[in-house]
Amino acid sequence: MSIECKGIRKTFGDFVAVNDVSLQVGNGELVALLGPSGSGKTTLLRIIAGLDSADQGQVLFDGEDAAARDLGARGVGFVFQHYALFRHMSVFENIAFGMRVRPRSIRPSERQIRDRVSSLLSLVHLSPLADRLPSELSGGQRQRVALARALAVEPKVLLLDEPFGALDANVRQELRRWLRDLHDQLNVTSVLVTHDQQEALEVADRVVVMNRGKVEQVGTPDQVCDNPATPFVMSFIGSVNVFRGRVERGRAHLGPLTVPYPEHPGAQPEPAAGYVRPHELDVERHGSNDGIWATVKRIKRMGAVVRLELVHGGDVLEVETTRERYDALRPAPGDQLYVRLRTLRVFVGAS
Amino acid sequence: MRKRSVLPGFGLTLGITVCYVSLVVLLPVSAMVARSTSGGLSGFWAAALSPRALASYRLTLTASLVAASVNAVFGLIVAWVLARYRFPLRRVADALVDLPFALPTAVAGIALTTLYAPTGWIGKPLAAIGIKVAYTPIGITVALTFIGLPFVVRTLQPVIGALDADVEEAAASLGARPWQTFLRVVAPAIIPAWLTGFTLAFARALGEYGSVVFIAGNMPMRTEIAPLLVMTRLEQYDYSGATAIAVLMLGASFVMLLAVNGLQSWSARRSA
Amino acid sequence: MGNSSMRRTRMRSGPAGRIVRIALTATALLFLFGFVVLPLVAVFAQALSRGVQAWGAAVTDPAALAAVRLTLLTCALAVPLNCIFGIAAAWAVTRFEFRGKNLLVSVIDLPFAISPVVVGMMLISLYGLHGLVGPAMEARGLRVIFALPGVVLATVFVTMPFVARELIPLMEACGHEEEECARLLGAGGWQIFRRVTLPSIKWALLYGVILANARAMGEFGAVSVVSGHIRGVTNTVPLHVEVLYDEFNFQAAFSVASILALLAVGTLAAKSFVSWYSRQRGGNPEDGEIA
Repeated sequence: MSIECKGIRKTFGDFVAVNDVSLQVGNGELVALLGPSGSGKTTLLRIIAGLDSADQGQVLFDGEDAAARDLGARGVGFVFQHYALFRHMSVFENIAFGMRVRPRSIRPSERQIRDRVSSLLSLVHLSPLADRLPSELSGGQRQRVALARALAVEPKVLLLDEPFGALDANVRQELRRWLRDLHDQLNVTSVLVTHDQQEALEVADRVVVMNRGKVEQVGTPDQVCDNPATPFVMSFIGSVNVFRGRVERGRAHLGPLTVPYPEHPGAQPEPAAGYVRPHELDVERHGSNDGIWATVKRIKRMGAVVRLELVHGGDVLEVETTRERYDALRPAPGDQLYVRLRTLRVFVGAS
Repeated sequence: MRKRSVLPGFGLTLGITVCYVSLVVLLPVSAMVARSTSGGLSGFWAAALSPRALASYRLTLTASLVAASVNAVFGLIVAWVLARYRFPLRRVADALVDLPFALPTAVAGIALTTLYAPTGWIGKPLAAIGIKVAYTPIGITVALTFIGLPFVVRTLQPVIGALDADVEEAAASLGARPWQTFLRVVAPAIIPAWLTGFTLAFARALGEYGSVVFIAGNMPMRTEIAPLLVMTRLEQYDYSGATAIAVLMLGASFVMLLAVNGLQSWSARRSA
Repeated sequence: MGNSSMRRTRMRSGPAGRIVRIALTATALLFLFGFVVLPLVAVFAQALSRGVQAWGAAVTDPAALAAVRLTLLTCALAVPLNCIFGIAAAWAVTRFEFRGKNLLVSVIDLPFAISPVVVGMMLISLYGLHGLVGPAMEARGLRVIFALPGVVLATVFVTMPFVARELIPLMEACGHEEEECARLLGAGGWQIFRRVTLPSIKWALLYGVILANARAMGEFGAVSVVSGHIRGVTNTVPLHVEVLYDEFNFQAAFSVASILALLAVGTLAAKSFVSWYSRQRGGNPEDGEIA
């Protein structure tokens, strides 16, 4: 089932949680809503689910207004960050719940329920734990039960609210991969809310970056990474070095750098900032005329990559380079290195 | 008006709640307030502030204040011991603290009277040294202490239990003597709850009837508490007199409720 | 709780600390003994002062039995009513936001703050012969004051907050994600309550019922005002105790009182058990919140 949000707006008192957001999710797609806390992503997800109602705008499922349907009949599976498992029910009963509460006429037989729950249990690799209570499970196991419970009613849309947010880093990593596999297997339209860029980039077909209730960018993980549409996306996804300054007469003056900027030929100066990622910087022993000199302050070796922290004037520059390049240069703290920028993205406007 | 929630039952449950509260509580409260002024304001004040009524207020306030203070001291000790120490019968002692809640007040009243009467287990030795408890203001205070005890203990106990022992150890490791640790580290943390408990005990004592009426002796001007005076006026078919005093007591209850709410939110802010 | 008790053993190990500790414990126990245990013992001692037979005669006296019947009937009406009210109030207050919510919660707490005698006066002002609606009701043959309805109304008033007060903090703490989830899975209102809410509040509910019941059986002041002390008709057990005591029939008064005292001890035991058992099971009704 496809989802379409049209001009969604939601306020809590004076706070605008979601500000005129429109969004499309295709059938079978897995889309991640990515943003810092307070960016409105969870509110948007709850509006899609029908748990909250928008002040303005519409949610369409397959082109049909979702508000027309009763909440229980929307075909939405929802996975909460803190699982929301029924604490007094066994794993089995949690998963069976959605089937047991159906009206008698369309309720599956006890046997069908049993079969469906056991196939779901094996899907989430929890078959041996069917009789446990939620309190007897680890966080990762609980979230898998929550997912199985949501899937038990054969939802047409699966909505996940920070599903791995409360878990340890290594469990999160594992569940992330597993979720992607599961999605490839089931192909149910899914929306995942997360504040973890790694998670969004790894799992989703498309990423929607949100900030302060607005959509900053929608794109594939590659597009969002390589062609950030706004300074916010640039700095939210991955680390970044920023040079602040202005543009005027076709040139950008950004800290120690001056680069051509033909997009702004006027004489009126505008504030601007240049962004470059640590891995887009090269360091050399010898200077030329298109970079800057900086002093090595700290060196962090992290497996195959090496992070150098350099100081230029009062600014700190982060450079990420390969182990080979590092071995060739052998810099030590206090050394002067010449830093060259392979690319620089300039955004005009106060940030 | 209401934040839309997906859960059902708003109209039904709020309807039941509001109807029930109106019928059971608000209607009788307003009836009494309406009735109290039906004889004119001057009649109201004459009945509410008669010398006998004033004497009963004075007695009720004094006895309640003394009882709440006794509870504040001993309740703190009991709460501290129950929350901090392990000893035999701790569970039993802990359960017994609630006895004044659970024991019907009339039973408590006759039991205390029997104990403190000049022939009773406690009254006899006290009488020998010239202290008369039953049928005096002291007896009233004893009864009010009995019923107020759980309020102080139960308000303080969780707060003391939640106090981080690490903080005390840190204070001790910084060279503080135990009493310094108590005054400077523990006391500030428990004062809001302590005051709350004191106020709750005081408020309960102001309106207490059952446990006091037997031990009080009920002599006008001397050992007649305000709730008893309401009862006496009623038995004399002096409805407006009874209502006037009752309305004044109701006003006092509202004031105490406000005080307790204020203290509790202060307490909650402190522990947050 | 577990690790804090371990910390406790580390603390106050010095000799001075031990003396303070023993002194405080002794003071606390002595105070509890003098003020709480002794009155309880006195009740039983007086009740049995003339032997078991006299005790038996007092508690099986027709007037005593009538009082027990009335008390049981009153509880059977007041407690379920307040139970339904408590659940409805807790659901409305914890599951929805609406204007006037804080005021409503304060009004629910009000009966705890009002003197029982004043409660009785209110009922008389409303339903009494000189009350607002009393004469009209009397004309239709419906008597409230000095009759069973008055006793029940007084009991309902004073025990109203107990269940609600136990449920509101618990349901607030549980949040409503489980219920939202059940809703999304297709459950209706009654199914959500029966299958999701009720199982997680059942211990707090039971706790509230135990407290409300204890208070209902023992209520004296409010009932005393409205009952008229008509022996065998409107005398509840506590009122019967008073009547016997005022007639200087002390042994009989204490014998009947001993039943109430036993009930109180039973209530304490049940209360401790429920809070212990529910802690084992992970739910936790507020401990000792009777106020």
